Amino acid sequence: MATKVVMAQLSPTMEEGKLLEWKLQEGDAVEAGDILAEIETDKANMDVESLGSGVLRKIVVQAGTTVPVGVLIGVVAEPDEDIASILASAEAQPAAPAAATQPAAPAAPAASAPESAPAPAPAPSVPAAPTAKVPAPGAPAASAAPTLDGGRVKASPLARRLAEAAGLRLEDVAGSGPGGRIVKRDVEAAAAAPSAVPSAPAALAASAGPARLTAETVEVSQMRKAIARTLTASIGPVPHFFLTTEIDMEHALDLRAQLNARLSAGKIGVNDLLIKIVAEALARHPDINASWHGDTIARHGSADVGVAVALEGGGLITPIIRAADRKGLLQISEEARELIGRARDKRLLPEEYQGATFSISNLGMFEITEFTAIINPPEAGILAIGKTAAKPVVVDGEIVVRRRMQVTMSCDHRVIDGAMGAAFLGTFKAMMENPLEMML
Amino acid sequence: MADSYDVVVIGAGPAGYVCAIRAGQLGLKTACIENSSYEGGLGGTCLNWGCIPAKALLESASMAQGLKDHGEELGVKAENVQYDMQAAVDRSRGISDKLTKGVGYLFKKNKVESIEGTGSLAGPGKVRVTPSEGDPTEISAKNIVIATGAVMKSFPGFEIDGEKVIGSREALALRSPPKTMVIVGAGFVGVEFADVFSAFGVDVTVVEALDNLVPLEDPEIGKALARSFKKRGMKIMTGTRVTSLDREASPMRLAVETKKGEETIETDIVLMAVGRTPVVSGLDLEEAGVAVEEGWIKINEWCETSVTGVYAIGDVAGQPMLAHKGSHEGILAAERIAGVAQHPMRYDNIPSIGYCHPEVASIGMTEEKAREAGHDVTVGQYPLSAHGRAITAAHNEGFVKIVADAKYGEILGVHMIGHNVSELIAEVGLARDLEATVEELAAHPHGHPSMSEAVMEAAFAAMGRPIHI
Repeated sequence: MATKVVMAQLSPTMEEGKLLEWKLQEGDAVEAGDILAEIETDKANMDVESLGSGVLRKIVVQAGTTVPVGVLIGVVAEPDEDIASILASAEAQPAAPAAATQPAAPAAPAASAPESAPAPAPAPSVPAAPTAKVPAPGAPAASAAPTLDGGRVKASPLARRLAEAAGLRLEDVAGSGPGGRIVKRDVEAAAAAPSAVPSAPAALAASAGPARLTAETVEVSQMRKAIARTLTASIGPVPHFFLTTEIDMEHALDLRAQLNARLSAGKIGVNDLLIKIVAEALARHPDINASWHGDTIARHGSADVGVAVALEGGGLITPIIRAADRKGLLQISEEARELIGRARDKRLLPEEYQGATFSISNLGMFEITEFTAIINPPEAGILAIGKTAAKPVVVDGEIVVRRRMQVTMSCDHRVIDGAMGAAFLGTFKAMMENPLEMML
Repeated sequence: MADSYDVVVIGAGPAGYVCAIRAGQLGLKTACIENSSYEGGLGGTCLNWGCIPAKALLESASMAQGLKDHGEELGVKAENVQYDMQAAVDRSRGISDKLTKGVGYLFKKNKVESIEGTGSLAGPGKVRVTPSEGDPTEISAKNIVIATGAVMKSFPGFEIDGEKVIGSREALALRSPPKTMVIVGAGFVGVEFADVFSAFGVDVTVVEALDNLVPLEDPEIGKALARSFKKRGMKIMTGTRVTSLDREASPMRLAVETKKGEETIETDIVLMAVGRTPVVSGLDLEEAGVAVEEGWIKINEWCETSVTGVYAIGDVAGQPMLAHKGSHEGILAAERIAGVAQHPMRYDNIPSIGYCHPEVASIGMTEEKAREAGHDVTVGQYPLSAHGRAITAAHNEGFVKIVADAKYGEILGVHMIGHNVSELIAEVGLARDLEATVEELAAHPHGHPSMSEAVMEAAFAAMGRPIHI
């Protein structure tokens, strides 16, 4: 008797699973209870056991593919059994949402549910899914390639018109509607999101040194998706958390004084040092220099550091020092002075203030000791700089007066976890406190 | 009655009973509490004293008015036509009885236990049931759904006494019509009763404080309805507030304040149709910590209240207080409880329908709201005076108006008045759900000749190329 192998719901919050590996090949003999495959859920990697015996007749979903709960992933049957109708029904089923005819697997660790026997009926567990013939809970995950039904892209008429007007290819838009259909909100989201890799204007990047960071797209794990979903539900679209530390500025200020003593014109400011060291720390922590894109995280190929500039009469703008990780302090200082000057005159071009990969906001000159800044999406972090002030601190058991600065980093928790942020901030602090670290 | 349930629904109106049925379908052990003496029991206001019996009377009114207005024109000469309000009301009550029994049958079919009594919250996971006769008991519920609905409201000096000052409930059982009636409030309930009683020969005056009939609709709709009602001999007083009522006088004397000054109207009966107020008292919400906002139980887009495991649906859970909104909230709440809910409620795509003649139906934003929201708006309006099917039906008043985004053709709102437009609004509601634009509405070959062609023509008009005007 043929047995369908479906993507089972292995935890109450699981909406989709990634097929990591088939343990058997098509044609291999299978006994009930044999491990067929390994899948990755939002919680853990788990084995898929066969509920039926025979041979693994068909692998429907290939390794590396993510499918919603309930979708047919393979068929176990007798060697000569006709499984055409099962495969036909699988084709009729979208690769995106679980179709209504597919029994939702019970929320028990059984890996697959045989079609002909009703799924074991647990007492209606509340709020876990009961054994009704309904799709798995939750909206279907956005499918990046909703080209189903013979290549036709499923999209609402309005979404098509919006995409055309915005110059977007529907193939590049993830659909969140029924069956992975692209609807208005998907096109609006795609149009609002800047391209994954901000293209640094050639003129600004060209004079920089060789590339140190690699632009790449990292696939998001199921666990990271679950973290993103939960945290987003909790606090707006960008779930922020904050890390604060205090930095001893003695060495940095001394270094700045020494450098300025050697410069005939154009002094280096504290801000310039901050930009340089942030960029240096980003180069060493590429996972911070990144953006959330739902199914993927884009790690950017350069540290493009935005500097928040307050405008007279209100408002602010964030000119960007492109590829600051590849530029020297002097070059950063010159560029920053020029950009900030034009920013105050409101004469920046869009590419000069759009598409930073990380930002700095400094309110020290306004006598602010400490504050939190709001992340500017799709950046994953921003550093809020407080006033540097002399205060008593304990060094080697002695109370001494040191110039200290408080900084608070806001992190996008979808991209950055607490320990990741802390590690980055630790690097930043170490280099600020001893700028010679930059040389290492 | 068992001790414990997965779901206990308090109230068996169109929100509560639908929720209970869906919960039963999903395999949840479900009970639904309804007081048999309140609003007639199963089916709630809708089936007993609201939507359904009102539509039954409106059908009588339609036949009466149609014969009056168009009988001879259509070649049907009737003499000595008599209006028998008693028969019309008896038929209406019979229909309510039949449909409420149907709810009981559906409960049995879906293994929903029907519990007689009044429900209230009695601590976490507990519901107190106070039966009409006998002692209160407590049952356990993993999930509680509050669906207690709303009741007619009035204001000081105009308290409903059930005889001279009546509400919709009394009006639905008014077997001997008065000579004169003033209806206070021209929302859907007010204009529907105006239609019924006017058709049955009552001298009807409609008093509305705002500037138009059906004041929540597009102003053009209210103006068109007022023209139609005036033609039928009703007196329409918009922008008019009632100030006092002398119930002792016979006929009663009602003082009103118009924009021009004070006036007194003599009337046998005053029908108050000034809205409904949610039923939150007696549920012990405060003790349970369930948040109430402006009278309604506060819910999120999944019908969840401020207390985990407690849901609220229907009229008690906020505007719009419409049966179909409540029913869909009921389905959503049941599916949310079972963990299978797919999409939250979409409150911007719920149709509003008034079954007066001509009928009124709308969905989405009015033209004014769309402009306020910053849309670049195009309006396609198609008058039914040009419409073949409407002319053959001898009902060629009214129009279909589509408010669309000028650039993308997104259907922002649709407003209709005319013959059978209650049946046309679903097409545009579905189109909006599927994000069809005016282009798709226009491109579909609507059956000819049908009222639905008016939607297609209005869509063509919104694109700037109407065919038949």
